[in-house]
Amino acid sequence: MANIKKSTSLGDWFDQRLAVKKFWNVMAAEYWIPKNISFLWAMGVILLALFVILFVSGLMLVMYYKPDAKLAFDSVNYTIMQEVEYGWLWRHMHGIAASITFLIIYIHTFTGIYYRSYKNGREMIWVSGILLFIIFSAEAFSGYMLPWGQMSYWAAQVITQLFGGVPIIGDALVEWIRGDYAVSDPTLTRFYMLHVCLLPIVIIAVIAFHFYSLRFPHVNNLDGEEIDFDLEGEKYLSGKVKESKVIPFWPGFLAKDFFYVSIFMIFFFYLVGFNYNFAMDPINFEPANSLKTPTHIYPEWYFLWQYEILRGFFFDIGPLKASDIGLIAFSFAGVSLGLLPWLDRSDVVAPAHKNRGFFIWFWVLLVDMILLSIFGKLPADGSIMGINNTYIGFVLSILYIGLIVVFLPLITILERKGR
Amino acid sequence: MSLENSERRKFIGASFSAVAAVGGFFSLVAMKKTWDPLPSVKAAGFTTVDLSPLKEGELHQITWRKKPIFILKKTADMKADDNRDVIVDGARYTVCIGLCTHLGCIPSYKSGQFICACHGGIFDISGNAVFGPPPRGLDIPPFKIDGTKLVLGETSPEFEKLVKKA
Ligand code: FES
Repeated sequence: MANIKKSTSLGDWFDQRLAVKKFWNVMAAEYWIPKNISFLWAMGVILLALFVILFVSGLMLVMYYKPDAKLAFDSVNYTIMQEVEYGWLWRHMHGIAASITFLIIYIHTFTGIYYRSYKNGREMIWVSGILLFIIFSAEAFSGYMLPWGQMSYWAAQVITQLFGGVPIIGDALVEWIRGDYAVSDPTLTRFYMLHVCLLPIVIIAVIAFHFYSLRFPHVNNLDGEEIDFDLEGEKYLSGKVKESKVIPFWPGFLAKDFFYVSIFMIFFFYLVGFNYNFAMDPINFEPANSLKTPTHIYPEWYFLWQYEILRGFFFDIGPLKASDIGLIAFSFAGVSLGLLPWLDRSDVVAPAHKNRGFFIWFWVLLVDMILLSIFGKLPADGSIMGINNTYIGFVLSILYIGLIVVFLPLITILERKGR
Repeated sequence: MSLENSERRKFIGASFSAVAAVGGFFSLVAMKKTWDPLPSVKAAGFTTVDLSPLKEGELHQITWRKKPIFILKKTADMKADDNRDVIVDGARYTVCIGLCTHLGCIPSYKSGQFICACHGGIFDISGNAVFGPPPRGLDIPPFKIDGTKLVLGETSPEFEKLVKKA
């Protein structure tokens, strides 16, 4: 046992028992952050703030929500929205935070791609980040179905049906997931369990891992410069604060983060107070009806690009049915970004504007995903300027896959050879 | 406590792994079964419909296992389809689960076709997939013919024959 002495202060009492000082140094005071980063690096802390909002508002909602197919709709739309004091506030905060979380995740991710922060020792940060994106998607989807409105119901129907695409056991698997022949009460209750219990625990664990994975390779910076963090940290500690290329996480960077979080919160509560409708689909204010599909089904905005890839394929190739191809493409799209560290064949870590080819690739990818999202929202049977939407969706989907598996390796191999 | 006898430690480790593996396996089985549909759900899996009052050319919709079922008595000028038609009492019927085989939306019946709005799938009057992403025609639910009645949820030689052809 350690040698415990009579403590000189309350802080010392804890320090002797929990090594508080050491912990604080590792986590904040001597965790080194490059000076050369911009506001885009604050997205992580904003996401953390959003997660806390989701967690707290979720706790408030769960006290009145009833996970029962007969009661769910009214418990949300009547009890929480009309009866519970400030119930509407928690609901709008929860709904908008869920939506905005994805906006920030996308900014966070694309910052990483632009500065090529996913490689040379930062692969685990990247992979755990993409994993978080996937689990967040499951969390968002399982939450979306809880109010048991029409869109919730049919989203659940379509998403669970996706598992029917698994060879041989598909149909049985769908029934097993639903716990019934169709989406119904058992489906609701088990997704409730996933949404409020299992997935949050997994998310918290992966967030912890995501942070941990940053400790050794450290964060990238605006120039992709390789910094010897130990050396620069020592410089800082020895008083050469100006010379050193790093600052401690606290108070150096986190103070700035808090500033951005404040600005973001003003924007967030503006949305909650005055513009909450974009996170609420009007169709979802109709109770679920298993015998009537809404005329036009679409997911929330943040899934649209993947959804469009899912339905982008409309012809069979040999034994592969169109729907299977769509499914394969969809599953690929889900994990595709996680493969970037290995599809990028060059070892350069530099912002995209330092390399023409990569720069163009980046913006084409981004524009393609935006276009996919736009077409994902449009009905499949419409047309734009005389071209059928199905065909446009097909071209955009092929482009996405091509950009990831063909163009990225090509461009980066050229980059490596050209140096 | 000594660690000299590492053989003994290895044996303890191995026996623990064996117990844990057996326990883990049975827990997985229990979890799988917990998620299976309940007996009450399974028992409600049969539905009987009387076909005699149906009018020709009008889509009749019922539910079976919480799924919509389309029943259409074909008129003389609707194309017969020996691979899919259910023949009861001399009349031809299209009987199918009204869920698109693509991702499960309910297609709507419009001028002799079933049109799925979700991703643009189209099925003909007999339920064959004719356009879009649906990988196969609308599924035929297992049925048994009992006079002028159709029992859904039970198979019969008639059903087996259709499934083989469709
Ligand atoms: S669900 Fe019908 S076409 Fe996709």
